[in-house]
Amino acid sequence: MSFFLELVANGVAVGGVYALIALGFVLIYKATSIINFATGEFMMIGAYFFYTFMVLLGLPAVPAFILVMACSALLGLVVERAILRHMLGQPTISIIMVTIGLSSILLGLAELIWTSDFKSFPPLFPRAPVIIGEVVIRSNFFWGFIIAMAAVAAFALLFKYAKVGVAMRATADDQMAAFSMGINVRSMFTVAWAMGAIAAALGGLIIGNIGGIQPNLGHLGLTIFPVVILGGLDSIAGAVVGGFIVGIVENLAGGYLHDYVRGDVKELAPFVVLVLILLIKPYGLFGKQEIERL
Amino acid sequence: MSQAGQEKPPILAVNNIEVVYKHVMLVLKGLSLRVPEGAIVALLGSNGAGKSTTLKAISGFLPLEDGEITDGWIEFQGQNLKGLQPHQLVRRGLFQVMEGRHIFEDLTVEENLACGAYTRRNRAQVRADLEKCFDYFPPLKERYKSLAGYLSGGEQQMLAISRALLARPRLMMLDEPSLGLAPLLVEEIFEIIGRINRQEGVTILLVEQNARIALSVSSYGYIMENGRVVLDGPVERLLKDQDVQEFYLGLGAQGGRKSYREVKHYKRRKRWLS
Ligand SMILES: Nc1ncnc2c1ncn2[C@@H]1O[C@H](COP(=O)(O)OP(=O)(O)OP(=O)(O)O)[C@@H](O)[C@H]1O
Ligand SMILES: [Mg+2]
Repeated sequence: MSFFLELVANGVAVGGVYALIALGFVLIYKATSIINFATGEFMMIGAYFFYTFMVLLGLPAVPAFILVMACSALLGLVVERAILRHMLGQPTISIIMVTIGLSSILLGLAELIWTSDFKSFPPLFPRAPVIIGEVVIRSNFFWGFIIAMAAVAAFALLFKYAKVGVAMRATADDQMAAFSMGINVRSMFTVAWAMGAIAAALGGLIIGNIGGIQPNLGHLGLTIFPVVILGGLDSIAGAVVGGFIVGIVENLAGGYLHDYVRGDVKELAPFVVLVLILLIKPYGLFGKQEIERL
Repeated sequence: MSQAGQEKPPILAVNNIEVVYKHVMLVLKGLSLRVPEGAIVALLGSNGAGKSTTLKAISGFLPLEDGEITDGWIEFQGQNLKGLQPHQLVRRGLFQVMEGRHIFEDLTVEENLACGAYTRRNRAQVRADLEKCFDYFPPLKERYKSLAGYLSGGEQQMLAISRALLARPRLMMLDEPSLGLAPLLVEEIFEIIGRINRQEGVTILLVEQNARIALSVSSYGYIMENGRVVLDGPVERLLKDQDVQEFYLGLGAQGGRKSYREVKHYKRRKRWLS
């Protein structure tokens, strides 16, 4: 029983981080209807930003953390202004290709700047594992989960109550009408890209803190994809629930099936669940039907 | 064409504009109109006449629909509007309530109203205006926290007009507020539009297919066919016009106004009907 609980607890912890990265997709998709296939690379770059500020420049963790948010917001902003703004009204497939191209560019840049050597952060949290009842959770997982959930909550509150959040939802709902309210729709796109980049970068930072960083960390972005699709591309609540489901399934599959099945069950299991859920709910658990147009 | 505004310059002047969609479809063919400050002016015409296109030309929406003003110009408060985008025009006091209401269905009534006040800074004034909206449209107060998508058509129209009111525009442009509403509700909404004009001092440009109700609150009217204004004048004059009676107010031609039949140029206008 305690083995089971431990798998679930670790699944929840990882799932929380997945949810945050999934938000990176959702925030951008919701406002602009673009699936950013460079989300994983935004994540990876975010982790390298943190490495740069903390290890290379020797800043304390908190200022480094804040600078990561600022720099990744800037990255999102530049990408939107310089590239995607000019793709407005182009076919979806072209826009998808652009984001895939962007992911390769970011990967190349990262190798150029930081080399492909393995890097890691100095310990950020007390080493001792966190023990809840009979369940033991590694401290990096536990604190990563806490930070991820705090970030997700902050985004959710911003979306729900802040003026810019309401304006972004209005834009997502009806662009023409948003324009007619005096909302600068294009700047809402920019804000969405900046926020999506922040979410991804924070996720990357947490993941990097758990397992170290390399330029190919960005490939994790694709493993997050089931999370996003599960929850429905346009729903914050969906990203959270999807994150937990994938995290838990992954851990249970890894824990119980590993000895019986050859290959990487842990990575495969979420996709199996994904297919099953999509068979029942084609738009994801929380998605709106319009997503179909993709 | 006779002019609505006399000495004072009109708040809005559309001067001989031509509008083309997708570089080929000529939809407005030299259209002019004037809206004097403080008035309600009606822009009437049947389906496809170009009424909504006229409003979009004014509110800056044409480029978003691949349309373009190829000739003529538009002045609002003495300023040429060329090149200004919709969200910039809202800040200058020009607000369009789009055809079909376009409320934000996934947002609550409260959030919809907040979007109406998006460009405003003074919260106390916005709150005071919100109370006014509730006075004009009591149902909105009851539905304040519910999702706007669940409102009835009438309530959605009330919400659309309230959002406009909360923007505190100098000129409010309403595109077919009667669309899809029951006759009684139409009466009520138009009575409130009249009150908003008088009590809040908002100038209104009203686009309608329902000529009778639109003329009942307006002081001046334009009638469009096929991308042009074919008739305009003070409402009293339009109401006496036989063609207006026959084709827009649905009164029979026999209704004791035969004397108008003799006037030749009215016959000439029959071609609006095409
Ligand atoms: N985005 C567009 N692209 C191409 N043609 C358009 C576009 N919008 C309108 N049109 C055409 O322009 C003409 C005028 O349309 P408009 O919507 O202005 O008419 P309207 O007077 O508002 O009609 P209704 O009373 O039906 O709303 C129509 O023939 C229409 O097909
Ligand atoms: Mg119309």
